[in-house]
Parts: sequence; structure tokens; C-alpha cells
Amino acid sequence: MPDHLTAPLVVEFPFTRSLGPVQSAFLTGLRERTVLGVRTHDGRVLVPPVEYDPDTADELRGLVEVGTTGTVTTWAWNPAPRRGQPLGTPFAWVLVRLDGADTALLHALDAPGPEAVHTGLRVRVRWAERRTGAITDIACFEPHDSTTRTQTRPHDGAFVDPVTGITTPARLDYTYTPGRAQTRHLHALARRRTVGERCPACHKVCVPPRGACPTCGVATTDRVEVGPRGTVTTFCVVNIKARGLPIDVPYVYAHIALDGADLALHGRIAGIPCNEVRMGLRVEPVWTDDGPYPDHYRPTGEPDAPYDTYKGML
Amino acid sequence: MAALSPAPAPAPVPVAVVAFAQSDHRRATPGTSEAELLLPVLRDVLDQAGLAPGEADFTCSGSSDYLAGRPFSFTLTLDAVGAWPPVAESHVEMDGAWALYEAWVKLLTGEADTALVYAHGTSSAGSLRDVLSRQLDPYYAAPLWPDSVALAALQAQALIDAGDTDEDDLARIAARNRTVARANPHAQLRAAGPHGDYVVRPLRTADCPPVSDGAAAVVLAAGDTARRMHERPAWIRGIDHRVEPHALGVRDLTDSPSTRRAAERAGAYDAPLDLAELHAPFTSQEVVLRKALRLADDVRVNPSGGALAANPVMATGLIRLGEAAARIHRGEARRALAHATSGPCLQHNLVAVLEGDSA
Repeated sequence: MPDHLTAPLVVEFPFTRSLGPVQSAFLTGLRERTVLGVRTHDGRVLVPPVEYDPDTADELRGLVEVGTTGTVTTWAWNPAPRRGQPLGTPFAWVLVRLDGADTALLHALDAPGPEAVHTGLRVRVRWAERRTGAITDIACFEPHDSTTRTQTRPHDGAFVDPVTGITTPARLDYTYTPGRAQTRHLHALARRRTVGERCPACHKVCVPPRGACPTCGVATTDRVEVGPRGTVTTFCVVNIKARGLPIDVPYVYAHIALDGADLALHGRIAGIPCNEVRMGLRVEPVWTDDGPYPDHYRPTGEPDAPYDTYKGML
Repeated sequence: MAALSPAPAPAPVPVAVVAFAQSDHRRATPGTSEAELLLPVLRDVLDQAGLAPGEADFTCSGSSDYLAGRPFSFTLTLDAVGAWPPVAESHVEMDGAWALYEAWVKLLTGEADTALVYAHGTSSAGSLRDVLSRQLDPYYAAPLWPDSVALAALQAQALIDAGDTDEDDLARIAARNRTVARANPHAQLRAAGPHGDYVVRPLRTADCPPVSDGAAAVVLAAGDTARRMHERPAWIRGIDHRVEPHALGVRDLTDSPSTRRAAERAGAYDAPLDLAELHAPFTSQEVVLRKALRLADDVRVNPSGGALAANPVMATGLIRLGEAAARIHRGEARRALAHATSGPCLQHNLVAVLEGDSA
């Protein structure tokens, strides 16, 4: 077995945000092929618009419609598009100052190659076919010969069926590494043995070990096999079924101090009615055929452990 | 009736960096947990200061759960601290330089005489360029997944367009940082390599920082405690941090007014500097910072190799403070500037001025 374990870890989250009046108007406008900015009290037009002036913190509400053509203010050629980016073929990242705006918008520019892109290039919006009220309603920009048009038109920001929120799905892929101590623990678990590690300072045995004594802040040293039997130190009765968990409620979830361990670990208690589980109950692990850790713990039938034997682990 | 004037505040007790330790920064540390990565670093820094685990009056750390995808990962690092009996502890979801700032404030209040500050980053666990895109504005920027190199490249092109730099100049910056890193045993890249292909044009491989796993820690101490812990404490004469708007399109990417403001308030322009440790992950960002800080030609910049030699995200800024302090500890500098940054294109900047006692 490898001396350290790793496992793929995928984190996905739908980033869900409500929109204020300015962002709602801007994103709804994109759905309707209209680009809105907001005018600051000193007359500048910010695109994309924000609700508060980044310089003065003034509340900004005066919307204006700006052009769908503009000028590249800086660019960067992306030869290898990454997941989620606006285009699947090489493209230029651009900041574009739309005609009538005083600030620039970040987006992608579809161009045949870096030689076709330069600061000052005139571009126009290419709209996405399916638009939902999101920054991606602009599919990208494309080169477009046109003269600068600086007029803006006041806009009341009112649209039928305005977008009031966005959901941005995000996915990040990781490699999870439990570390040396937990790897040793997991290797032992694969042989159905529970191995903790002893703190050289306080001599307590940490299970599961994470490499350091959480009390003393020093590296744990000696490996110590604990259990398999243990004592319920405290418990709760779970009455709400977790999605995707094939366990009927109610069930008991407990802290279990394995014999020889100085930290309690978590486990489910079965083989006994919920209302008979108690502090001090003696339990032993029940393994299923291919489980990486005990499926649950069941009573051993021994007399209950005296309170003094586990009170330090509550 | 005349307004009561407040009593004059007592002069704050001076605060110094008295110890600094860091790991050897590597492309990946697949065998170590957070606590295992930090333990040797914390042991080293506490030994230097003569403190036992849990003995510092205040503990503050910086890290980001996004780097390794582990919720509340900073709580796991407390295993390495000796947090029982309960310690006074805090955490910032930022670079450890900002944890140091919080600890500095804590010491100024007089409620603590010593503070342990640490940071770790295991950037190798995920795809760092994509992970960093999640710090962007969720309405207008994050849905486009602009990665960290892309945003730095937009800044680099703006600098080239403005005549502030060119690709050859950037190549020289890359080579100089990696060459001087040869003297830094903790650095990951310790020799100048080829400039390389474009990652996102105009930035090439050598213009970008390595992906690094690593950790760092410092001990701060106040007044006489600092003098007891080190014969040459690195006194924090000033420290300040300033942030710019999150929207890239409203900023002048060729300048860093937040760095300049922080430097003014930290006293960086009040007297000549011996050296500057700049947190510039991309070569082009060193150009921006040198300009904003108006560094004189005789100021040694990044003798450690900087973020281009090792970039354990969330610890890189704290390492700049530690490296600058260590030069003062060793008597190699008397007045040093340390800078840390956060966010895309140098959005948020911290500047500290460290001084040794006059000879």
C-alpha cells in the first residue's frame, strides 16, 4: 500500500445571489440585448454598473444605456481555454470600454489569433442565443469596425419579468490527502484494527490520530492499538433522515471511547432500542463485508462502565 | 460649554518580529496534513522565541479553505498549536500577513505581550488558477472563470502598452528572482530557467509563480519582552493596508494607489530603505510595485527570491514580512520594507516598515 493515501475530492456549489436594483437591471438588460451603466454624481458612467460609487460610496441609481460597441483597453491571449471560460477555442481576454462608458468590462474576444488583437481594437458584443439574465448573455466580443459613439440614453431600468437573482454553479476538483498519521490509521482500519497515536507529553492516545496532540501541540509518536470494544460516553437520537443515507430513523449516534483511547470517536449504535442506549453502555464494532470502517457498534452485554472511567472524555 | 479634550493616549509600546520560520516550499506535499505541515515550523519559531506550545498570549493564523477544498481547515491547524487550556486565538481567511496585522493591533492594545502568527497553503490540492477565480465578484466576473494568470496578463499588457515594461524586462525580473533564490534553502525554484512559452500572453512560464505548498510563522513581542527574546528585534515602525475596488475595469492596472497609500501611512517614504521584500507573484507586478513604492536603485529587492521562487498561497505575504525581519535579525539590514498582496492584480496591499535598533 502507498505510504500516503490520496483520494479525489469534488466540491460543487451553486453560488446563489440575489440582485439589487442596479445589478438586476443590468443583467435583465443583457437578456434584452441592452447594456446599462450607472452614472456617478460626478458624471462618469460605470459599466458594468455598481450600486455604490467605488470612490465616494455614494448610492448610485441613475441608469443609462450605453453602446454595444466599444474599445479594447487591455488584452491577453489565452491559448488554452479552461473549463467554464466563455469560449472553447483560443481567445483573448479583454477589458472593453463600451461606447458611452468610462470604465471597462471584463470578457472574452473571439479573434483568429493574437496578431489580430491590440489595445484600441474596436469590438462589439456578440449576444448568446439563449439569454437568461447573466454576464454570459454576452457570448463574447468580436472585432468590429465602427466609429466611437459616446452618447448615452437615460434608462429607467424597468423590464418585464426582471431577473432578481443568479445562480452560478461552481465546481472545483481537488486531491484529498489525509496526511501521514491518518494514512497509518486508515491502513490499520483496512485490517479491521483501530490504531491511535500517543502524545509524548500528556501520554494520551489520540484516535483517530492527526499527527499532533490537539492538547499539547506536539507530534504524536508511539502507535497504540485500541479497542475493539469501547464505552458510549454520550449520544443523541437522530430523527431526521439525511438525504442519500440508507439508514432508517430514529437511530442513535454516539461518542465512543474505545478501550485504551483518550479521545472518543463517532459511531452509530444499533442492535438495541434507541430508548435503551445510555452513557456507559459497552459496545463493539460490527463490520460489513467491504466497509472501510465499522458499519455500527452494538452492545457487548458487559456491565456498564462506571462514570469515572470515561468522564474525562466527555 | 467647552468640549472635553480626551486625555492624551499613552505612547504605544513598540512591537517587533522576534522570530521567523518557514517550511521548505515544494510543488506538492502529498504526505502531510495541515498539522503535520505546520508542526515543524511552529516548533522552530517557538524555540527561537523561547516559548512553549500554547504559551503565546495571542495566536492568529491566515489560510483559505478554498485552496484544499476543506471547510474550516484552519481549525485542524490548531492541533499543532497546543490550544488547551484554551488559548486566545483568531483566524483570517487571508494571507498570514493580515493575521500579523491583527496580532500587531492586539499587542498595541496591551492585552498581549507575545503573539504567534502562522499561515499555510496547500495550493497543490486543487487547480490554483481556477480556485483563485472564485474570489472574484460573483455577478460579473466569476461566471466567466477568468483564472489568475489571465488577470495578471491583462495587467502585464497594460504595463507594456504604457511603456512601463516589455517582455525582455519581465524575463530579467524572473531570472533575477530565481537566481538570488539559490541562497534561500526554503525556495522551490532556485535557478533561472528559460522564459518559456506563453501561458496567457504576454506572460510566459517564467513570469508566473510556482504552485507551492508551504507554511510560515512569526512571533511578535512587545517592548522589553521583545528585547529579551532577541538581541536585534525587528521593530514594526509602521504597518498599514489598503484595498482598491474589486472591479478590474475601474482600476488603473499600471499603478497601485493602495500600495502607495499603505506605504505612506507605514512611513516607508520617511527615510531610506536597505531592502524591500515585495509580494509580487507575477514579474509584471514587481514593475507596478517598484513604481508605486518609488524604490531607490540601491534598495535590495527580494533577496529571498520572492513569490517567484516560492508561492505557498496565504503564506507568501507573511514570508515577505518574515524574510525582511530575518535580515534585520542577522544584522544584514537596518530598515526594511515588507509588502503583501491579496486579490487579483494587486487589489489589496499591506506595507510594513521594519527597523533594527540603531547601532
